[in-house]
Amino acid sequence: MKPAERMKIPRQTMPEQEAEVRARNFSEVNLGMALEVARREADRCLRCKDAKCVPGCPVDVDIAGFIAAIADGDLPKAADIMYEANVLPGITGRVCPQETQCEEVCVRAKKGSAVAIGYLERFVADWARENREQIFTPPPPTGKAVAIVGSGPAGLTCAGELAKKGHEVTIFEALHKPGGVLVYGIPEFRLPKEIVKSEVDALRQMGVKIECNVIIGLTYTVTELLEKEGFDAVFIANGAGLPIFQGIPGEHLKGVYSANEYLTRVNLMGAFKGEGSDTPVIKSTQVVVVGGGNTAMDAVRTARRLGADPATLVYRRSRAEMPARIEEIKHAEEEGVVLDILVNPVEILGDGDGWVRGVVCQRMELGEPDDSGRRRPVPIPGSEFEIPCQIFVEAIGTRANPLLTQSTPELKLNKWGNIEVDEHGMTSIPGVFAGGDIVRGGATVILAMGDGKVAASGIHDYLSKGG
Amino acid sequence: MFLIHEAKWLAPRVRQLIVEAPRVASHHQPGHFVIVRCHYDGERIPLTIADSDPKAGTITLVIQIVGATTERLCALEAGEHVLDIAGPLGKPTEIEKFGHVVLVGGGVGTAVIYPQAGALKSVGNKVTAVIGGRSKAYVILEDELKAVCDAVYPCTDDGSYGYGGFVTGKLEELVNDGSNPVDAVLTAGPVPMMKAVAKVTREKSILTIASLNPIMVDGTGMCGGCRVTVDGKQRFACVHGPEFDAHKVDFDELTDRLTAYRDQEEATWARLRKDPAHKCKFEAAERELKESTG
Repeated sequence: MKPAERMKIPRQTMPEQEAEVRARNFSEVNLGMALEVARREADRCLRCKDAKCVPGCPVDVDIAGFIAAIADGDLPKAADIMYEANVLPGITGRVCPQETQCEEVCVRAKKGSAVAIGYLERFVADWARENREQIFTPPPPTGKAVAIVGSGPAGLTCAGELAKKGHEVTIFEALHKPGGVLVYGIPEFRLPKEIVKSEVDALRQMGVKIECNVIIGLTYTVTELLEKEGFDAVFIANGAGLPIFQGIPGEHLKGVYSANEYLTRVNLMGAFKGEGSDTPVIKSTQVVVVGGGNTAMDAVRTARRLGADPATLVYRRSRAEMPARIEEIKHAEEEGVVLDILVNPVEILGDGDGWVRGVVCQRMELGEPDDSGRRRPVPIPGSEFEIPCQIFVEAIGTRANPLLTQSTPELKLNKWGNIEVDEHGMTSIPGVFAGGDIVRGGATVILAMGDGKVAASGIHDYLSKGG
Repeated sequence: MFLIHEAKWLAPRVRQLIVEAPRVASHHQPGHFVIVRCHYDGERIPLTIADSDPKAGTITLVIQIVGATTERLCALEAGEHVLDIAGPLGKPTEIEKFGHVVLVGGGVGTAVIYPQAGALKSVGNKVTAVIGGRSKAYVILEDELKAVCDAVYPCTDDGSYGYGGFVTGKLEELVNDGSNPVDAVLTAGPVPMMKAVAKVTREKSILTIASLNPIMVDGTGMCGGCRVTVDGKQRFACVHGPEFDAHKVDFDELTDRLTAYRDQEEATWARLRKDPAHKCKFEAAERELKESTG
């Protein structure tokens, strides 16, 4: 096919559930592409010699390679290329912010729209899940054992990469189910738990062991893992930690949640199933969520599905500064979520009986750029107004969890309590590596996975040198 | 899955389970708790670790029936399993030599003070326990405490046993007894009781530590549901506690937050009680109580 022909093909669309229907259920929004649609999309790729998309990927997927294989209809080859670099493509194909990574640098984005790399990645992962019995074949064992703390995206990725090299990997998970933020945080309608389970099972098939209900820092310390439990290296990926509350009056009221708690109750603990689960969530017809990231979007769309009308998202900056994926903002609006931007909550109001009855907000305007390079929101005097609600969810970030780090005082931390690492992901303790949110503060699934991959390579080198 | 070695009733609606959890047992210190889940759609609840035996690899849980999950747990027998036990969680009790320490336990709160008593005694404190129950049948762990304390005062609301009245009445006697001054008080039990204990000791400026029991989900600091106000500051009971300076805790706020899910909890419990399989199992467990108490 000539480039001119490729250029003529329009970007294919992802079939999705109707907005009015999906706003009432927890099933996945995006339905996946058919083979012929995926091949047509793959034909849009210009097969650049020096493909810019690959360095745009935090886990170095050979994007041009797997897309060419799809175009040729060689799905086994596409899957091989994919899994070579990324052990969780069903997850990343659904939750990566492609528009700021691979798709942003795609040459086709300069004139028109980028190749739908994320959709194609998901297509390959879904094909592999349905058509392959065993996704990985474990190599001969090296005799080295690695402990991984946390089974979120960083931990799972690191586990997969180390298992590919023949190391014996045990993941310790604090919760009762593996997946970390992929199961407690990201909702079913964006990332079905079945997908997480299947990618976790594929790792188990490679010999990765996962032990739940183990809190490193309390059940075992990092030192014990190395000195008593027989591990040769440790990768700490215990995730973000304590949710940040704004510190405004009324946060003790019933009906105020951190996004972590709200999402955990609904996703991990199954409160969305109503009587099918023992874990309750407060019932509410009006919900306000504060925040502009993916977690805030997940919370407000979850509220909408639980019947909130209106489900309102307030954010103190403007739409352009929202860190959420563009697709999430679009989906939220289609589903009837009210976006109230340049608005900041200043007080939560109680009904006199300990329950939330509303939130007082202040209108903001954008001033000079701040340290983050984004224009600083400045309150407009006298602009206070009230939004009635019975649930108020704060999705404004998290701070480092102290449970592991305070039990391992030798670990060097930065001033925010996050673990410091070198370019190989190694901490101040030899043989102990770290990555994901415990290093970065709050970031994305794919950046955590990138850290998992860097650390796996660092650990492999460390073990190969006799560490 | 965690194997139950032993299950028995300590009091009406209060059951003790000795469960195999070697990793928890080997790291348990007084003040620690675990998060427990007992069926696949079950909630996660915090339970104090009442005792541990690192050699046998077991921990002891003391559970009072207050809802669906605790009733399910109390229907379990030796040989069965608890689905999930995660821990030990929370900061351990700060064990120091205070001098004379009074431990005040109400109901299942007695299970919190029991491991504290042994640890405080072992560092050279004089340890007095004041334990309360509605009536004689509800006073638990008295013999166990007697083995590690200098004095144990059971109290009953109805006067059927020991001191007739609330634990705070006995505590007042102790703090007013000039011959044997009290240097520190540790307390665990129903929130109104801990609030009343704090009131008694505040007047005397006696250091008082309360073990709080807010609603929790993960128990590792991730959700913030267990936040309490201490000295005007927001603290998470699971990572910053569960023990705090009782004179600085906002007990009224805690009391109110504990009611957040009352209606839904009642509904879940009512549904469980209609489940014939559970009913049968629970009645069998209850028969043991009747047999054991005659």
